[in-house]
Amino acid sequence: MRLRRTMQFIPGNNPGMVQNGGVLGADSIILDVEDAITLREKDAARLLVASALHSINFYKSEKVVRINSIDTFAREDINMIVPCGPEAILIPKTHCAADVHQVVEWIKAVERPGQKPVKLIPQIESPQGLIEAYAIAVADPRVEALALGAEDYTATLSAQRTKEGTEILTMRMIVVNAAAAAGIQSIDTPFTDVNDEDGLIRDTLLAKQLGFKGKLSINPRHVDIIHQVFSPTAKEVEWALRIISGLKQAAKEGSGVITVDGKMVDKPIVDRAERVVQLARTLGLLKEAEK
Amino acid sequence: MKNSVNREIPERVDNYGEVTPFNGAFTLIPTMNRQAPRVKSCLPGDIKLVDSLEEVFRRIPVKDGMTLSFHHHLRNGDYVLNMVMDTAAKLGLRNLKVAASSIHLVHAPLVAHMKSGVVTEIDTSYLGGEAAKAVSAGILDKPVILRSHGGRPRAIECGQLKIDVAFIAASAADDCGNLNGVSGPSACGSLGYAMADAEYADWVVAVTDNLVEYPLAPISIPQTRVDYVVRVDCIGDPKGIVSSTTNITRDPIGLRIAQTAAKVIEAAGLIKPGFSFQTGVGGASLAVAHYLGKMLEAKGVTAGFALGGITGTMVDLLNKGLVKRIIDVQGFDLDAVRSLASNPDHVEISGSFYASPFNAGCAVNRLDTVVLGATEIDVHFNVNVVTGSDGVIMGGSGGHSDAAAGAKVTVIVANLLRGRLPTVVDNVLTVTTPGETIDVLVTERGIAVNPLRQDLKKAMSDAGLPLVDIRELKEEAESIAGIPRQIVTKDRIVALVEYRDGSIIDVVRQTEI
Repeated sequence: MRLRRTMQFIPGNNPGMVQNGGVLGADSIILDVEDAITLREKDAARLLVASALHSINFYKSEKVVRINSIDTFAREDINMIVPCGPEAILIPKTHCAADVHQVVEWIKAVERPGQKPVKLIPQIESPQGLIEAYAIAVADPRVEALALGAEDYTATLSAQRTKEGTEILTMRMIVVNAAAAAGIQSIDTPFTDVNDEDGLIRDTLLAKQLGFKGKLSINPRHVDIIHQVFSPTAKEVEWALRIISGLKQAAKEGSGVITVDGKMVDKPIVDRAERVVQLARTLGLLKEAEK
Repeated sequence: MKNSVNREIPERVDNYGEVTPFNGAFTLIPTMNRQAPRVKSCLPGDIKLVDSLEEVFRRIPVKDGMTLSFHHHLRNGDYVLNMVMDTAAKLGLRNLKVAASSIHLVHAPLVAHMKSGVVTEIDTSYLGGEAAKAVSAGILDKPVILRSHGGRPRAIECGQLKIDVAFIAASAADDCGNLNGVSGPSACGSLGYAMADAEYADWVVAVTDNLVEYPLAPISIPQTRVDYVVRVDCIGDPKGIVSSTTNITRDPIGLRIAQTAAKVIEAAGLIKPGFSFQTGVGGASLAVAHYLGKMLEAKGVTAGFALGGITGTMVDLLNKGLVKRIIDVQGFDLDAVRSLASNPDHVEISGSFYASPFNAGCAVNRLDTVVLGATEIDVHFNVNVVTGSDGVIMGGSGGHSDAAAGAKVTVIVANLLRGRLPTVVDNVLTVTTPGETIDVLVTERGIAVNPLRQDLKKAMSDAGLPLVDIRELKEEAESIAGIPRQIVTKDRIVALVEYRDGSIIDVVRQTEI
């Protein structure tokens, strides 16, 4: 599964920003035709996004489009955008598995022969969606991640939205758990104060601590900070390499018990170390000898 | 004839004379003496205070054909140039030369004076606003001379820019003509660009809205060369004095470029104790100072000095102990003004000290790195900051070509695309700064290193920075935006772009209207 530490929203009706989408360094860019676009601009944004998918080089960033919700313009969006080859579609306001099934049906109807199947990232933004999170996560093999949208969710609850995020802790944990149970990624809600760098770091560290694999971003200035948090630290990489090397040593010696730094290492720890090394390798953080 | 950056330069220009073609950044070595300024005297009891500009004009007296000079430390808030030229017009003077270190939007009334024949010549380091448009359209018979910030004091000292009367706006003055720019309601900071004028002009007139008791302290320009002091109601608008082009960009692309530029400087191995740097005006270059500061902090390194146009970002670094000294030829915001007034490690210098190539060593020569902007840059790394995409004058070198020549590593930061126009082109319309003095171009779509700097190229590659050929950047820009139509100009020369040593690096021709 590809790396999605950052998924950066770009308003789909802004040619300057769309054109530069690929230079922001985000793992994924989300060309948005939903929330960022007023009703009068929907068709213009749809056209621009479709054309950008054809003509703009987004470099290494994954090309994702956030369509409108299925009860509004999702079908029109899919009809025009899917044949242009987005790598994934972010489905906003996903309430249940049936929503995913509906989107898949519409996508299949317009995918070109031979086109790489478009992946799906349902966004959970409602109490109902949260209850159905696991069902949504396993609704279709195209689903690669669950994303979280805290603003709509807390508004529905009439909960007060805070920077600390106590009010969305349950939501975060349920989404992380549902995604993990389905073997897919979980992507955290964006941090909305564009100028509070410390707040962003705290919020992202919390997301990483809870098990999220990445974070939505609404400001390109947040991309590097989120990357730093989601990238393994030198200390983490060193620890993981020691575990792997201990594992190899044990195998060589035919020993069933692995100890590193005098502590016994069991399977979950090995799994974690392997994930860290894999991520470090993807990010080019390993020295030649360590690969 | 062609000069060494392949520009067609006339051997002689009417109303200018013989042209020395640019032949490389460090090829002209002077063998001459400086111009000796007029010897002055002042008897005990002589009074320098004069009631009005008109009275000063009568006493000197200012005559047709004279050269009047101005500094631009009040930038787009300056009232003094307009006040003086209105006085000249009112008194019926004609054929005057305006030698201003910079001409801004606020100086639009110059257009009427050029039309009416009050002003027939301009000599400046930066020409913007309506006056620039009028010059490009051919309003003057004589070509404007565009000099760099270092080239201007060089020309004054060498007698090539002879100033009859220097009008020096001062935010504080005493009645003997001691001046500074750090006190008073119109404080603008350093008076660096007025210092050569004060020293060499036949007549020096201080214009102030803040007359203080003798003796003024601190003193930037001493009484010894000042002939008259005129008190006016107001010398400038503080809002315009603090330039809006000196805010750090919030544009994510600009910030990305700035961050990459800081990484380039780090990769060049320059971030070590004693490190020295300058950043130009313009959001992205200013943001580099911010990122360099973070780097210094993270590495626990103290820089030796920051130079140039000074902003609050640099003052912060000084106050945090991340930079030992600031060398200030020009301040851009109130933080810079306050710091210059109060911090002994914040040093005011003249334009000649800053950047003149013809003295015993200018400050830019001590720069490790400078980060500058560009309107256009070509595949030979020549930079244009004089003319815009329509061929019309919209700026000038300022300190661009000076700092580029002096610094060990000159970095240009520029968006590869501006609106729908590529920034990297085959040939810039007007060469301001020669490619031989530009080392690295940083855009949002890649870093290009001048092939003359294989050492830097290796350092960047070793640091894992993604390098591209500048031609590839040009092609990428063109693949997105297309190839712009070539600008058509008339034959007539409206401005000469002088390199810092006095040779002519390019000319600006009249634009089609």
